[in-house]
Amino acid sequence: MTIALSGVGYRYAGATKAALLDVDLELRDGEVIGLAGASEAGKTTLCLVVSGLAPRTVGGQVRGTITLDGEDVDTWPMHRLSQRIGIGFQNPSTQLSQVTDTVFEEVAFGPMNLGLTRDDVVARTWAALETLRIDELAERDPRRLSGGQQQLVAMAGLLAMRPEHLVLDEPTAQLDPAGTHLVADAIRRLAADGASILIAEHKADLLAAICSRVIVLDGGRVARLGATDEILGDPTIGELGVAEPSSVRLSRAVQAAGVQSDRLARALADG
Amino acid sequence: MAELRVAGLVHVYRDGGVRALDGVDLTIRAGERVALIGQNGSGKTTLVRHLNGLLRPTEGRVTIDGTDASSLTVARLASRVGLVFQDPDRQIFAGSVRAEVEFGPRNLGRTGTDLRTAVTEALQASGLVGEEGTNPYDLGQSRRKLLALASVLAMQTPVLVLDEPTTGQDARGVERVGAAVKAVSEEGRTVIAISHDMRFVAEIFERVIVMRAGRVTLDGSPRDVFAAEAWQALRSTYLEPTLPAIIGHRLGLGSTPTDASLVEAVAGAQ
Repeated sequence: MTIALSGVGYRYAGATKAALLDVDLELRDGEVIGLAGASEAGKTTLCLVVSGLAPRTVGGQVRGTITLDGEDVDTWPMHRLSQRIGIGFQNPSTQLSQVTDTVFEEVAFGPMNLGLTRDDVVARTWAALETLRIDELAERDPRRLSGGQQQLVAMAGLLAMRPEHLVLDEPTAQLDPAGTHLVADAIRRLAADGASILIAEHKADLLAAICSRVIVLDGGRVARLGATDEILGDPTIGELGVAEPSSVRLSRAVQAAGVQSDRLARALADG
Repeated sequence: MAELRVAGLVHVYRDGGVRALDGVDLTIRAGERVALIGQNGSGKTTLVRHLNGLLRPTEGRVTIDGTDASSLTVARLASRVGLVFQDPDRQIFAGSVRAEVEFGPRNLGRTGTDLRTAVTEALQASGLVGEEGTNPYDLGQSRRKLLALASVLAMQTPVLVLDEPTTGQDARGVERVGAAVKAVSEEGRTVIAISHDMRFVAEIFERVIVMRAGRVTLDGSPRDVFAAEAWQALRSTYLEPTLPAIIGHRLGLGSTPTDASLVEAVAGAQ
């Protein structure tokens, strides 16, 4: 189960400039890749292109080749792609179907369209709600929840689909720290079950916790691609608009102050 | 400058009967820099909507300089309390960045040099200089959010309320928002910000109010709220201390909510 991008570029309809240029990336089975970079570096665009929404729904023009398990997806219609690749948007109110009256129905909406038995749909829905600890919200109206609760509901809907591949655009933007940990755990578990996951995210601590590799975009091009520690530990990463993880930043602050402390160094190394 | 007082505030949403606020008492003095934190659904957004009259109390009251907020017209209240929504698209409507930022101060009667200065300062603070003629919808989501901030900054209200201002911002954007918060508060204006970003909260704010299930459970400086004694209360509302707070406690250095305070404590202990 691999998504491979080769020389991929993209231009939005009516735009004079390309939003993505020459992107090569392989998302392997069971791998979580972090997508970082300054605002407007092309992260959301790459999410749209990998999920196939661009150009199929968004319009515009894609160049290069995208393959899914070796098959060129160029001619695949959206409904075929979306059975294989899930996408979670930044703004949960865009993600919610707007046609369901309870959180339970909302989360069950995706799996119901997969042709599963009723028992399967119900079991998957409860499992997803429990994973994100929102089972108590099951009877509530999804449109009347707080922004963070809506984001968890949208994520539960994706989990219930049990996707082979998943593209997430800032899935924890509105979540409290505990909600962020729950989503991080859910992502790790999906990957352990073999899914490949691309996650656009500004929270460096989250990237450091769940990603094996990180890709950094700058002006639509790949500026960095490599092991997470190496990329996020690079002292020049700030120039690309990427924050340092808390531990890296703290180590630098200690160094800059000229303070020598073995105990502090050990405490930092222990995380 | 304005003092905000919230007394016995209860809010029950009519559809569903959810008790979003369950008796909140707070006094926020002019010029305070206050972070409002708490788990998703704990009532933070509901509380700030009361501050600028978007909601009416089910019980209790909100006063601004002694005047009941519900007795003020929305326009009068808007000249005192500026609210920047979490989702900028609920707020932006003009055809250009300049028109968007000018709208608020113009409505407050600013003209000429006053208006120009207010707009220029707001554009500088939000890093949007050079984008005056751009259509807001040609900006990415994160810069639309900075634009929403600019348009409220330009109104120079005595109280500024920000709902998750750093969400979706890259490292530079977070710095910009932090600097804007400090600048506003140095002018003696009040800033109240909802945030889930504990590092931002610890570094930028002088007072932190923690909400849980519609009530205030902790209220103090970052040093108080991120001190080990408060962790249990923090975790009960799905929050967590910052990394320097955890490490400072492990090293027996007391409460060190920020990188700088930990470095100082380590240096002092040697």
